[in-house]
Amino acid sequence: MTAETSMTASTSMGSTHPNRYQALWTLCQDSTKRLLKNPLTAVGLGVVIMLLLVALFAPWLATHDPLVQNLNNTLSAPSAAHWFGTDEFGRDIYSRLVHGARITLYIISLVTVIVGPIGLAIGAISGYFGGWVDTLFMRITDIFISFPSLVLALAFVAALGAGLEHAVIAIALTSWPPIARLARAETLQLRQADYIVAVQLQGASSARILCRHIVPMCLSSVIVRLTMNMASIILTAAGLGFLGLGAQPPLPEWGAMISTGRSYMLESWWLVAFPGGAILLVSLAFNLLGDGLRDLLDPRSE
Amino acid sequence: MTMIDIQSLDLSFGHGAQQAHILKSIQLAIDEGESFGLVGESGSGKTTILRCLAGQYNHWTGHISVNNQRLSHRLDRARCRLMQMVFQDPYGSLHPRHTIESILAEPLKIHGIDQRHERIGQLLSKVGLDDSFRYRFPHQLSGGQRQRVAIARALILEPRILLLDEPTSALDVSVQAEILNLLSELRQREGLTYLMVTHDLGVVAHLCDRIAVMQHGEILEVLGTDELLAGQAQHPYTQMLITHSRHKSEVPGQVTRV
Amino acid sequence: MTTSKLTVKNLGVRFNQDGHFVDAVRNVSFTLGQEKLAIVGESGSGKSTVGRSLLRLHPRTAEIKADALQFGDIDLRHASDKTIQQLRGGRMAMIMQDPKYSLNPVMKVGDQIAEAYRAHHRATRKSAKQKTLEMLDKVHIRDPERVYDLYPHEVSGGMGQRIMIAMMMIPEPEVIIADEPTSALDVSVQQQVLSILDELVTEHHLGLIFISHDLNLVRQFCDRVLVMYAGQVVESIAAADLDHAEHPYTQGLLSALPSVTERRPRLPVLQRDPRWLTATGA
Repeated sequence: MTAETSMTASTSMGSTHPNRYQALWTLCQDSTKRLLKNPLTAVGLGVVIMLLLVALFAPWLATHDPLVQNLNNTLSAPSAAHWFGTDEFGRDIYSRLVHGARITLYIISLVTVIVGPIGLAIGAISGYFGGWVDTLFMRITDIFISFPSLVLALAFVAALGAGLEHAVIAIALTSWPPIARLARAETLQLRQADYIVAVQLQGASSARILCRHIVPMCLSSVIVRLTMNMASIILTAAGLGFLGLGAQPPLPEWGAMISTGRSYMLESWWLVAFPGGAILLVSLAFNLLGDGLRDLLDPRSE
Repeated sequence: MTMIDIQSLDLSFGHGAQQAHILKSIQLAIDEGESFGLVGESGSGKTTILRCLAGQYNHWTGHISVNNQRLSHRLDRARCRLMQMVFQDPYGSLHPRHTIESILAEPLKIHGIDQRHERIGQLLSKVGLDDSFRYRFPHQLSGGQRQRVAIARALILEPRILLLDEPTSALDVSVQAEILNLLSELRQREGLTYLMVTHDLGVVAHLCDRIAVMQHGEILEVLGTDELLAGQAQHPYTQMLITHSRHKSEVPGQVTRV
Repeated sequence: MTTSKLTVKNLGVRFNQDGHFVDAVRNVSFTLGQEKLAIVGESGSGKSTVGRSLLRLHPRTAEIKADALQFGDIDLRHASDKTIQQLRGGRMAMIMQDPKYSLNPVMKVGDQIAEAYRAHHRATRKSAKQKTLEMLDKVHIRDPERVYDLYPHEVSGGMGQRIMIAMMMIPEPEVIIADEPTSALDVSVQQQVLSILDELVTEHHLGLIFISHDLNLVRQFCDRVLVMYAGQVVESIAAADLDHAEHPYTQGLLSALPSVTERRPRLPVLQRDPRWLTATGA
């Protein structure tokens, strides 16, 4: 037995990990390195981090108060005093954009926090138990998925009244079904895996198997999907803002800014170009980041 | 004393014309401390028997008793303490995101057993791994090392029966020898009862005392290893399997048409 | 061994992994005549890489070096991709482990075989079908007409492998590379597939490279055995002489096999010697 032991030890990996934190740390380092290897992912990650920083330090980064009007200086072109120009009430567009980042981030994170757990829970439960549970949950999902998301959101906001919170709930309502379907498909596969059978045979309860063994395995693809979703959340939020159903004036929401700037678009292009560019850049960044994360986390793409 | 007693075990899948009869009134009795092998080709139903015992299928009919307790159709904790399983594919039977320690600690947590750290350490050395493996992930281990971890996981609840589902068929020959040695050592030391499924007659001949040869969901023949080694198998199918497993058999000249 | 069909001299394959190179195969030399040559080794020994690099089926990150890779009149080292393309499945065929993954699931198996024929021979649809039916008969399929119209999911593993053999044989290759062709099959079926392979190889005077991990199988079936360890050939020996193998690795592999004729309390465990890594084999 001793000879065997020394042999298995010597044929194993060269480095040993004396404790679990070091093991996790190496894993993190490796993942970051692999994530940044793709330049597009690095750009996406950079823009997302920039968005976070801008939102965090908005009051310091903004050159003007985003809400204060200056009717003597309306619709002025980009200049040294107003980098991105001013709008029809003389408000500084750059400052409004910077503060708008907070609103965008607020919507994204709130929707994600609502949608992720709900989708994951419904998907994992219906995939694991199957039978009538599965049928019930999946039919509900089908109902939600069959509505065009913007129309459902419109109806919801029309019923409850316009406002940022209502827009968030409306978006959340329409974006959980794809997550649930994804989690269900993953769970269906995992349920057959030997390591899940092994914990069943150890007497683990269904709740334990779901929480400790299945959900962590679904998590990576759900995170990828959520990141990709963020792009469409931004677009839907901007769309609702544009239609006047999301954030209400004078809040500097990007979609609402485009909506009001649209009347002056031909003479003053900067009113729509800058918020539009911001929406484009951020949603593109989330898509790129999502792609990179998928390459990193999704074992099937290897 | 009889450890596992299976009487007229029947199992089928599907309904009506599509019904597939997988197990046809299986009769088996395995003594305590015995190492019993189930041999057959793919589709013979050998793994299905194991899965019935492990509670993976619960629509079987018939009578199974383990340790003189009649087996219910649902898996309960007492059965988990009595019976554990080692799977065929060491790459698929360990949770890829858990460290070896958390894989081994899980059964102890489920059953509320204390002194986990010590127990895991003892068990790792019992299966021939040292303590440096504790915080590694399965992907950092070779196939043989993973199978050792899987055996350790099966033993940590101190069961009396191990169900072995082709435990070495995914391994290289030299690693297979190590795992077989480990299994036979463990059985002697812990007084375990083995029920092993395999298609490799050499492996059963090495590890088992008695074997049952299965084909199309039926047991054709039960014979002792000594009879097997002496070439005293009765059934022609068994004889065919033995011929093909010999070291220097002739390639049969005749080819049957399919 | 009258004429050598394939000559390999000092073949080396390296994989580029994030900037540093990993040797998968080092200094492998052999010649293949009209014979059944086995390449045996454990997983990771580089046995499959040898077979694949001959047909340029290795991944892009691999780098191949050799003093000679001569197949008939073609130098495989410098041949254009187009030449290799024509070679593959034409004069040099490869049989994979699992027929399930090598056959197109949405095409009738017969049509797939006929297509393989038409890719390398000018033939009408009708004569290709005729040829396919003959070939199916040669691999001992009882009712070729019926099997011709089956889809891959409708055939069993053994039948699938017979179909694969038919498909590989139909362009009349000179060399066949079989990578674990029977590992996914049951023993009884395994023997049948092997004897078909044997029959065809003898009848058509082919060279066969048989890549396998199963020493028992190889010693029954092949003429000559190359034993590979860690990317090198450690021993080249006639299959009949395997009992007198000289290299400790070969001996260790043989003795680690559980046997159906004798019972040993413990199986001898292979002790790997670091010197095997540096020594250059036969």
